[in-house]
Amino acid sequence: MSKDTEILDELTSSEYKYGWESKFEAESAPKGLNEDTVRFISAKKNEPEWLLEWRLKAYRHWLTLTEPKWPNVKYPEVDFQDAIYYSAPKQKAKPKSLDEVDPELRDTFKKLGISLEEQKRLTGVAVDAVIDSVSVATTFKEKLGELGIIFCSFSEAVQEHPELVKKYLGSVVPITDNFYATLNSAVFSDGSFCYIPKGVRCPMELSTYFRINAANTGQFERTLIIADEGSYVSYLEGCTAPMRAENQMHAAVVEIYAAKNAEVKYSTVQNWYPGDKQGRGGIYNFVTKRGICAGDNSKISWTQVETGSAITWKYPSCILKGDNSVGEFYSVAVTNNYQQADTGTKMIHIGKNTRSRIVSKGVSAGKSQNSYRGLVKIMKRAEGARNFSQCDSLLMGDKCGAHTFPYIEIENSTGKVEHEATTSKIGEDQIFYCNQRGINTEDAVALIVNGYCKEVLNQLPMEFAVEAQKLLALTLEGSVG
Amino acid sequence: MSTTTDIKSSFISQYREFEKSLNGSAKGPLHQLRKEAMGIFEETGFPHAKNEEYKYSNIGKALEKQLAGQAITQASSLDAAGVQPFLFDELEANQLVFINGQYRPELSSLISNNSEVVIKELSEAYQEQPELVANALSKEANPATDAFLALNTAFVQHGIFLHVPDKAVVSQPIVLHFISDSSRGTTTSQPRNLFLIGKSAQISVVEAFHSVGEQSSFTNIVTTIDVKENAQVDYFKLQTEQDNSLQVNTTQVQQEANSRFTATTITLGGGLVRNNLNIAQNASNIESNMFGLYFLHGKQHVDNHTVVDHRKPHCQSNELYKGIMDDASTGVFNGKIFVRQEAQKTNAFQSNKNILLSDNATINTKPQLEIWADDVKCSHGATTGQIDEEQVFYLRARGISEESARAMLLYAFAADIIDQISIEPLKARFLKFLSDKLQTQI
Repeated sequence: MSKDTEILDELTSSEYKYGWESKFEAESAPKGLNEDTVRFISAKKNEPEWLLEWRLKAYRHWLTLTEPKWPNVKYPEVDFQDAIYYSAPKQKAKPKSLDEVDPELRDTFKKLGISLEEQKRLTGVAVDAVIDSVSVATTFKEKLGELGIIFCSFSEAVQEHPELVKKYLGSVVPITDNFYATLNSAVFSDGSFCYIPKGVRCPMELSTYFRINAANTGQFERTLIIADEGSYVSYLEGCTAPMRAENQMHAAVVEIYAAKNAEVKYSTVQNWYPGDKQGRGGIYNFVTKRGICAGDNSKISWTQVETGSAITWKYPSCILKGDNSVGEFYSVAVTNNYQQADTGTKMIHIGKNTRSRIVSKGVSAGKSQNSYRGLVKIMKRAEGARNFSQCDSLLMGDKCGAHTFPYIEIENSTGKVEHEATTSKIGEDQIFYCNQRGINTEDAVALIVNGYCKEVLNQLPMEFAVEAQKLLALTLEGSVG
Repeated sequence: MSTTTDIKSSFISQYREFEKSLNGSAKGPLHQLRKEAMGIFEETGFPHAKNEEYKYSNIGKALEKQLAGQAITQASSLDAAGVQPFLFDELEANQLVFINGQYRPELSSLISNNSEVVIKELSEAYQEQPELVANALSKEANPATDAFLALNTAFVQHGIFLHVPDKAVVSQPIVLHFISDSSRGTTTSQPRNLFLIGKSAQISVVEAFHSVGEQSSFTNIVTTIDVKENAQVDYFKLQTEQDNSLQVNTTQVQQEANSRFTATTITLGGGLVRNNLNIAQNASNIESNMFGLYFLHGKQHVDNHTVVDHRKPHCQSNELYKGIMDDASTGVFNGKIFVRQEAQKTNAFQSNKNILLSDNATINTKPQLEIWADDVKCSHGATTGQIDEEQVFYLRARGISEESARAMLLYAFAADIIDQISIEPLKARFLKFLSDKLQTQI
């Protein structure tokens, strides 16, 4: 309990712990965005012609778009010409073993608590470490290879499995999807690629670390996960970022494709730099995440713990196209100081007897604003569709805000949709009850917040605990236990 | 957007004629207000589908379809006998009849004492107290917030001015009948009502909307209600228009300390109905209740938007809207609850329940909470489903036919809203409307 208390104290007082900057030599694209930048990135990555065309198409479409203004967040105008769209840590040759990896890079991992040596010893976690947009080390790859699982960096996949990339890239999030997804399509630098073949159950949790490193580099990650018929995979994504004075933008795209009977579980712990107590700096996190349950009886489950970023704006969504497919969304979003979060999900029911479940828990403290925005749409053909949504907000302090914008659109009479939301603070009677039993107020608050988020945190895979605890230490771990 | 330009310019030219017809009265504070509002309307036009507030209801397009190229007339040949079926005779009440937006005193009956309540035609009230009326009109409803509010304000002339002095208890309800008669041609009306409810006063007001005639009709009505300290207001809206009628119905309520305001909106008819109910709580210990029922068939489209703005501490609001959608009808519900930072100890509850009877029916619901205060209890819920087959089975096992069983369950679902009405004859009448509708539909 005492540990919980410390952490809860830190929740409202501490500075960002993972703030340091590694001194890599970055090989960067010139500042600004134009067709040359897109060509530069593509050439740098030695990409085939079709991918360059695809990027350029996205870029040309992007020029016709204007920045969306509808989210419930406020931030200064982003100058897209004032950013570097590509930077890679310098590397002489591909490392075959850990010894060949840049020692400074390995130190960074150590600070993060994911030293690869330790990771290797830990059972069942393969790490595709991404430092500033380029994958540097991939472990357990061979072991996965035996099962036919492809887990590699996106650029590697482009070289080695172009047919898969070509088939699925942009199939869930088309290049015309939205402003930031289109931008990402044009300039994405790297990311992770994962393919699980038919009938294979991935024996370990696949995990990627993201870090933003060189100053002024926007991070445009592209993740593509394909689960073929009857396969299963659990994918983990976690983020930390060094301290930074000016704002940085992060516009990632994650696409998940689940074929018949496949199941994908995607867990995120997001802990980008949230800015200081006055709300200066911090990461803008504008992410497009979407999965399609293309085959019958498939399942996609999103779990996210959002504690960082000055602005979080993302809606991991499920398109439930296959009959009997299932979509799930579990979210804890914690905002503090001047953080703003506008997050939620979209569940599009197309297939018959599709089911979805949304559990969203928001905690706002300080002067932060926390919004849930979700869409549940039941199309005409989706007979017997079922949705249950719950979105709760907890307010700590009277300067913060909690907002709920649920959209429910139903076109089929057999659909059953329930939505409920509550907003409250920690009740004095609850605290009193704990005090009476000898639990001091601080511990009681920790206990209550813990219980409040438990439903979502239970969804995180066990293997994530190692990472999540370190990454979340300052914000959530205490209240989570 | 381009499709609604014609209808927009038709309203603008209507306004020019209206302006001419005013002659000498085109000066003064009221006309200033009209001009400003028209300026806003000319600039914004009808809201298009990209407008978040009108996302699910493209009213401009519907107007274009129904009214474009039609000559607009206010003429009607309805007489006392023609109006008779609409009146609530069983109710001991003041009944005021409007036909195509014009007050018809000869068809109306006022029974309340003048010391209890002052009821006047709006233009008459303006003649007597121009400053008061113009101020009240501009204070309660900012035309910049909504295109239809701006349009109504531009044409403001007729309507009811209702003033209840402090401490007056009006024992007989006030019933306002708005009848759209399109038998002589397409008609539009834009009534504006102004209710000033004094301190510790009590009153019940009913607004009933009916329509007759073969042509289209469009009603764009705005009612502003000022509820002073300790006052209690029960406000009912009954919409039973024909399918060729369009209606935009805006109610702006300002509540002062310790007051109680209850709105009940029952929509059983009308081709396209949009209801805006905006309540602002300006002081402490206020109670606001909003109840709604919409039962739709055919291609009806009904959109209920409600906003409660909790600005001060220790207030509460309750909201319950229920809907039944049959055939190819569309229901829209958008409930917003704002709790400002100052409004600690707020209790706000919101619920929207829907039944879809057909696969072609649609419901779009958006129960929305925006909260800036921490010591509050707020919840909202929305459900959509169909009639519970087990309940049907239970009734059928007891020898009740399937149709009656379904009708019975729907009646029970819908009657929830009507049951809370305390004026017995009114309740009975509403229940009758409901059972009539059930009989014709099911």
